[in-house]
Amino acid sequence: MSESDTLGDSKRRNFLIKVTTVVGGAGAAAVCVPFVASMNPSSDVLAKATTEADLSGIPVGGVHTVAWQGKPVFIFHRDPEEIKAMEASDGGFDPEPDQQRVKRPEWLVVIGICTHLGCVPNKEGPGWTCHCHGSQYDDSGRVVRGPAPRNLAVPPYYFVADNKILIGKSKA
Amino acid sequence: MTNKTINWIDRRFPFSSFVKHDLTEYPTPRNLSYWWNFGFLAGFVLVLQVATGVFLAMHYKADAGLSFDSVQHIMRDVNYGWLLRFMHATGASAFFLVIYIHMARTLYYGSYRAPRELMWWTGQGLLLLLMATAFMGYLLPWGQMSFWGATVITNLFKATPFYGEEVVTWLRGGFSVGDATLTRFFSLHYLLPFLILGGVAVHLIALHTVKSSNPSGIDLAAKDNIPFHPYFTSKDFYGLGIFLIVYCLFVFFLPNSLMEPANNIPANPMQTPTHIVPEWYFLPFYAILRSVPDLVGGVVAMGLSVMMFAFMPFLDRSRIPGGASNRPMVKLGFYLFLINMLVLGYVGATPPSNQTILIGRVATLFYFGSFFLIPFISKAEERWLIKRGLPAELKELMEREAREKIDLPPHRRAGDDK
Repeated sequence: MSESDTLGDSKRRNFLIKVTTVVGGAGAAAVCVPFVASMNPSSDVLAKATTEADLSGIPVGGVHTVAWQGKPVFIFHRDPEEIKAMEASDGGFDPEPDQQRVKRPEWLVVIGICTHLGCVPNKEGPGWTCHCHGSQYDDSGRVVRGPAPRNLAVPPYYFVADNKILIGKSKA
Repeated sequence: MTNKTINWIDRRFPFSSFVKHDLTEYPTPRNLSYWWNFGFLAGFVLVLQVATGVFLAMHYKADAGLSFDSVQHIMRDVNYGWLLRFMHATGASAFFLVIYIHMARTLYYGSYRAPRELMWWTGQGLLLLLMATAFMGYLLPWGQMSFWGATVITNLFKATPFYGEEVVTWLRGGFSVGDATLTRFFSLHYLLPFLILGGVAVHLIALHTVKSSNPSGIDLAAKDNIPFHPYFTSKDFYGLGIFLIVYCLFVFFLPNSLMEPANNIPANPMQTPTHIVPEWYFLPFYAILRSVPDLVGGVVAMGLSVMMFAFMPFLDRSRIPGGASNRPMVKLGFYLFLINMLVLGYVGATPPSNQTILIGRVATLFYFGSFFLIPFISKAEERWLIKRGLPAELKELMEREAREKIDLPPHRRAGDDK
């Protein structure tokens, strides 16, 4: 094919334009990946994925707050009466038996972040109250008044020893 | 500059014709009231915010461990640091006040109608950018309100379908608001004002194509326009003087009145303050968020509540010019809407109780209901007004308008041959 034939071939030209556009577009999209990924949690943030908590200092009726992945985790030492009351009901509008929410009934471990918009609820009377938008949770961390849609989440954890738990993994 | 220099530039860059066309001889309706000052004021505050912000950034440290103290350093040690910070913080409130009045004027006089729809929509985009900038800037002092405000607002993205949790983690760069969030908010807080400047340029180019609206609502023929300079430069600067008096009153005497005391406590991810409130300019939208008893519904309602204004050019079906001054129903609706905004603001500022939740829900219904009813009300009102008989001068203006109605005149520069 002579040079003038090549230049005059509009089909060939259109094909090349389309292919170049697609390849260029795919390249531009691929370049976005590292930029978007750079905004995800970095390695040092991910490295702090587990937290060990010592339970020996928490008296019956006491709540300790420990940080796990930068989030507060409530560890609540419940007394037999509270355990009985919680086991008797299934909570509010996100029903869940108390037994499924604890590994040992005297220790309630929940992420202390309101499932509505992420405020930290306060321990008030029985259960917790979130002051941001008025949600309430019972002594099993189950929502009993909105606007929160779900119960306080139970993080993965396991008992390393009788009075020590590791938050972030569900088994050793 | 000597004529020789200007001539030298003009051969290479349209300097003189630009100044003439867009500043000194820019045709402006002679009947503009002081309500038309607020676009200029918004531009002024934008420059003020960029200027104070650039100087604050010279002393601020975007680091979760340092930023709270660096703000104290600015307040106590940096020469006039307190002034820069109070100007910047008060400037944010001033920006929203000026923009809200600017929008209220547009709604009252129906300035969003043809041919100014693009002005209204670019303005809507600028409002969203302004809100994003203000929200990100509020995290930077790293106080309790900063931290929990950012936590709540980034959590709104949980409403994203399928990828809610992932999007929230991505936005924060961690499992909770932390150092990564602070540094990226600082970066974006510095970037967005320049996008706003670009948006303002588009807004102004559109304005100089369609020209200013005016209280009569009629596009006045050329003979009713006067040059921008000196008539409106002087009017704008007089308005600026009044604005600066109010602004300085806050900067020098009441700087803390617009700040939350809880923000003087360093951010603590383990403890939420008992009562968190956004800045005053977000209160009505925050009240709408809280009024919907469902997370996704609340987020959608809040997003829509800001975006509803963009539909105004479609919703307003009346052909009667001049907005509320010629349209009694619009006038009534405008003031009721304004009162409703204040009610929503009050609800947003108070802790949730059964009573305020009820008031908030009624006000939210009224808010969306009023937009929904506008097409019907505006159509019925037009029929009623025409039946009742329009004032003679308005009728004459409308007829003249219809006679002279041509599509936008070709773009001309003042230096062109007539």
